[in-house]
Amino acid sequence: MKPRPAMKIKGTTILVLLIFLFLGTLPFYMPMFRVSLFGKYMCFAIVALGLDMIWGYTGILSLGHGVYFGLGAYCMAMYLKLEASGGALPDFMQWTGMSALPTFWKPFVNPVFAIAMAILVPMALAILIGYLTFLNKIRGVYFSILSQAMAMIMSTLLIGSQAYTGGSNGLTDFKTIFGKSINSPITKIQMFYATLIALVLIYGVCRFLTGRRVGRVLIAIRDGENRAGFAGYNTASYKVFVYALSAVIAGIAGALYVGQVGIISPNEVGITPSVEMIIWVAIGGKGTLAGPILGALAVNGFKTIASENFPELWSYFIGVLFVVVILWLPGGFVSLKEVPGRIRHVIEVRKNEKPRETENFVSEEKQSRAH
Amino acid sequence: MKKMNRVASAVMAVAMAFSLAGCSGGAMSEVSGSSASAETESKTSESGSEQASTPESSGDTIKVGILHSLSGTMAISETSVKDAELLAIKEINEAGGVLGKQLEPVVEDGASDNATFKEKAEKLLLNDKVATVFGCWTSASRKAVLPTFESNNGLLWYPVQYEGMESSPNIFYVGAAPNQQIVPAIEYMSENYGKKVFLLGSDYVFPRTANEIVKKQAEALGMEVVGEEYTPMGHTDYTTIISKIQQAQPDFIFNTLNGDSNVAFFKQYKDAGLTPDQIQTLSVSIAEEEVAGIGASYLEGHLTAWNYYETTDTPENEKFVEAYKAEYGEDRVTDDPIEAGYDAVYLWAKAVEKAGSIDVDKVKEAAGGIEFSAPEGTITIDGDNQHMYKPVRIGKINADGLIDEVWSTDEAVKPDPYLSTYEWASGLSTQ
Amino acid sequence: MELFLMQLFNGISVSSILLLAALGLAITFGLMGVINMAHGEFIMIGAYTAYVVQNFFKKYLPASVFDSYCIVAILLSFLVAGFCGLILEKLIIRKLYGRAADSLLVTWGISLILQQGARSIFGSPNVGVEAPSFLENSLKISGMLALPYKRLFILLIAVICLLGVYALMFKTRQGRNIRAVMQNRNMAASLGVNTSRVDASTFAIGSGLAGLAGCALTWIGAIGPTLGTNYIVDTFMTVVVGGAGSIIGSVFGAGFIGVGETAFEFMTTASMGKVLIFVCVIILLQFRPKGIFAVHTRSLED
Repeated sequence: MKPRPAMKIKGTTILVLLIFLFLGTLPFYMPMFRVSLFGKYMCFAIVALGLDMIWGYTGILSLGHGVYFGLGAYCMAMYLKLEASGGALPDFMQWTGMSALPTFWKPFVNPVFAIAMAILVPMALAILIGYLTFLNKIRGVYFSILSQAMAMIMSTLLIGSQAYTGGSNGLTDFKTIFGKSINSPITKIQMFYATLIALVLIYGVCRFLTGRRVGRVLIAIRDGENRAGFAGYNTASYKVFVYALSAVIAGIAGALYVGQVGIISPNEVGITPSVEMIIWVAIGGKGTLAGPILGALAVNGFKTIASENFPELWSYFIGVLFVVVILWLPGGFVSLKEVPGRIRHVIEVRKNEKPRETENFVSEEKQSRAH
Repeated sequence: MKKMNRVASAVMAVAMAFSLAGCSGGAMSEVSGSSASAETESKTSESGSEQASTPESSGDTIKVGILHSLSGTMAISETSVKDAELLAIKEINEAGGVLGKQLEPVVEDGASDNATFKEKAEKLLLNDKVATVFGCWTSASRKAVLPTFESNNGLLWYPVQYEGMESSPNIFYVGAAPNQQIVPAIEYMSENYGKKVFLLGSDYVFPRTANEIVKKQAEALGMEVVGEEYTPMGHTDYTTIISKIQQAQPDFIFNTLNGDSNVAFFKQYKDAGLTPDQIQTLSVSIAEEEVAGIGASYLEGHLTAWNYYETTDTPENEKFVEAYKAEYGEDRVTDDPIEAGYDAVYLWAKAVEKAGSIDVDKVKEAAGGIEFSAPEGTITIDGDNQHMYKPVRIGKINADGLIDEVWSTDEAVKPDPYLSTYEWASGLSTQ
Repeated sequence: MELFLMQLFNGISVSSILLLAALGLAITFGLMGVINMAHGEFIMIGAYTAYVVQNFFKKYLPASVFDSYCIVAILLSFLVAGFCGLILEKLIIRKLYGRAADSLLVTWGISLILQQGARSIFGSPNVGVEAPSFLENSLKISGMLALPYKRLFILLIAVICLLGVYALMFKTRQGRNIRAVMQNRNMAASLGVNTSRVDASTFAIGSGLAGLAGCALTWIGAIGPTLGTNYIVDTFMTVVVGGAGSIIGSVFGAGFIGVGETAFEFMTTASMGKVLIFVCVIILLQFRPKGIFAVHTRSLED
């Protein structure tokens, strides 16, 4: 891994500040509906930041972060649902034949408890799973597929226990949040800014961590876990820490998401959303903190624009976007500025030598490894 | 280098702002406008209607929204309903439009995802300011958009039979309520096939809620539920379930499987050597289009319950089937949700003509009692719960993949979404 | 007892279907290290090929030879899917060797494109494929114990494919080249193996096997644009449990998941069966972090 020149860090910082500025002024010139949409994208940006900590910086590819996002969201949604029903039995429980509120639902009447749970439950699960799998040296694709199994289990369980979770409908039809109407413009604007503040804070935390020794150890684990281990670092506990951190971040994003979007259902928890989260990070640029934020906003913005204008063909555009960016821009959007240099490099290489096909392949592979 | 970065992000931001901003006036202006009335926001219909439903002055056309899954797992069913709705819009436009204005459909893709449905519903209501929306299929998608329609005082026409227990003031339910499909079907089966029923469904809300109803009804009819199984969406192997069915020996199977699962189930049902003569099935989610996707040879002799079949013998239906095939191809079939989608557009148009306006509240007021000679027979809007009076039909699937009616009600049945006229259903809802 | 035997057969049958669906993935993912999320879409391509062949036979050939469509369909679905795989490898996948995570994202995009492509060509609703009539019945052993011919036939196809892959890998020059390239690309290249050609043909074989599986699946399941999504997770589990890189591992993986899932499903419910078997997979990985048959391949080291 090449050392990062100081200039580059500064460039991405400016990019992040510009994004924050863009988001912060959004409500002054965009209609409410679009503002709420960006509120949703910001929640995705928060998840992407957390994912980047474990994938971009530590090299652990999790295909199951929908689980933690979902846990945070469901904790918050239980509170909102109880507030909507005034503490009585929520509507979906009535038509599934429940007669009393299940015990584990009861404390969620309290918003403080719900928010605490939205953070603690993902953290606890991540520590448990992380402790087991990282201590048992499950690595690489094996961990990815294992996390995918988790996403599958989670969404199947949520759907299967309809009486407790609302099943495939999920939890929706909320009325108020902290006693205020959830649909009023003022609440929506407040939630938008709350999400923006959360995004900025979490960005700050991630920046703080990656700038410290922890961050360098994480990168060392990514680039050679065994070597990091031989250097005396307990790599497993670092991995558990960063995995739990990203789970907490996903949980917070989930809680914010429910308030703004007004629905959480197993659709947002399963394998598809989990893979999409990875895509945001990759498209924006993994291993940088600007990348995931930019990626989440850009991919979702593009998806919205494409599907609104071409409701029957937008999958093509999205598919092509993924393929093109990852093939030809492996560093994501934040590496756009390197493109002219790379083109120049390729032209030079072509001019200077005509390598045999096999050799060409080897060198290509080495390049990709170096990334 | 830095410059490139800044340029890239600036271009991006500007591009997004332009393409998304749409109309003028930022969200902040809405806040200042309505913060005074924030206390009364819990019933937002007043302020909402002022904001959302004044598209009349927008020229010679009326925008109407169409919101179905055109991608993802539900696209297999929903695209045809979209086609039918577009057909009805086209016919109405050719006949001179509504209130002298042409209808302009705005199609959106719900992508088989609840949150996307909600996002697109908001887009249709707030950005396009459509007069009404025709759309949704799954209960989950309807529940997802319901708060959006209620808080913005929009109008949704929902074309699919469903589990009942709902009656939103902003939704017209053009599909069957449970007492127009499930309840009479169970009565029919218990009279003609026996008292032992096996409940099989996909693991989502409609089957589970429908089966809650069936269990209550079965108890009242002195029937016995000998098995109840749910399989995850996309489940592909039914051999174990079939073993369980053979072990339980029911008189009939009440089938609420959805989508792909039906294909796997019926193919494997036949492989196991089971025929409708041995154990009859009654399905509420298999219509002509699903039959084509499964293969008629696997389904011949099995029963379904709906309000409409392609074979339904009315002059209106003859015209409808002909028009649909002329528009989309001879190999296409019509079925109940397709027909309901088609009806929905006409019902809305009639209500608008009667109200003389596309204002949601006026349309709702005018809608009660409106009759429409639909392909399934005359249907009438029940003003109390915004469901339809509909005839009920039990049909048997034939070798050509069509469904022959074997039993029907004499006249259209009054909708009863909460089953309030059935004593045994008293525990099911609090309304 | 009868029930137990029936369930045992069901378990074996599910395993054989899983194996058939996963065999191609065992090659593209297990051996080549490409996290091929478009594998399910190659299954779909095979299924639609079978549909087209069936329609051709129905329309242009006498009814008496209709049953032989299945032979043509099996061959063609292998070839069509294999050909698609070849093109994909030449255009895209070859740039992704050694970039496991990127291969996942790119193939995810490709799967979106292929699904939409199927929708554009064949329409959104499912299409029907009739099984040949000689597969319609079942081998009645006693009472409830009836083994459907389709299931036996699929079992047979799975075994033949397995033997074919085994023979290819271990008895032919091509197989030696494949193994050489997968074990040490640079070494193989410097010994004169044309690695890019080996890569292309290996990926094509893997995709072709997926297509063949798709053809077989038309007889027992749905044929629609999203058909692949029903199988993708299970096939990945199969390969990972067995140990990526080991063909024989995939056999055990399929057996473990197939028999396990049917047993759990019988004891509990279909949803719980799925949950329980995945929990078992997670637990199993704790003890065997690289699958049951852990193989040292270079392609999956990180």
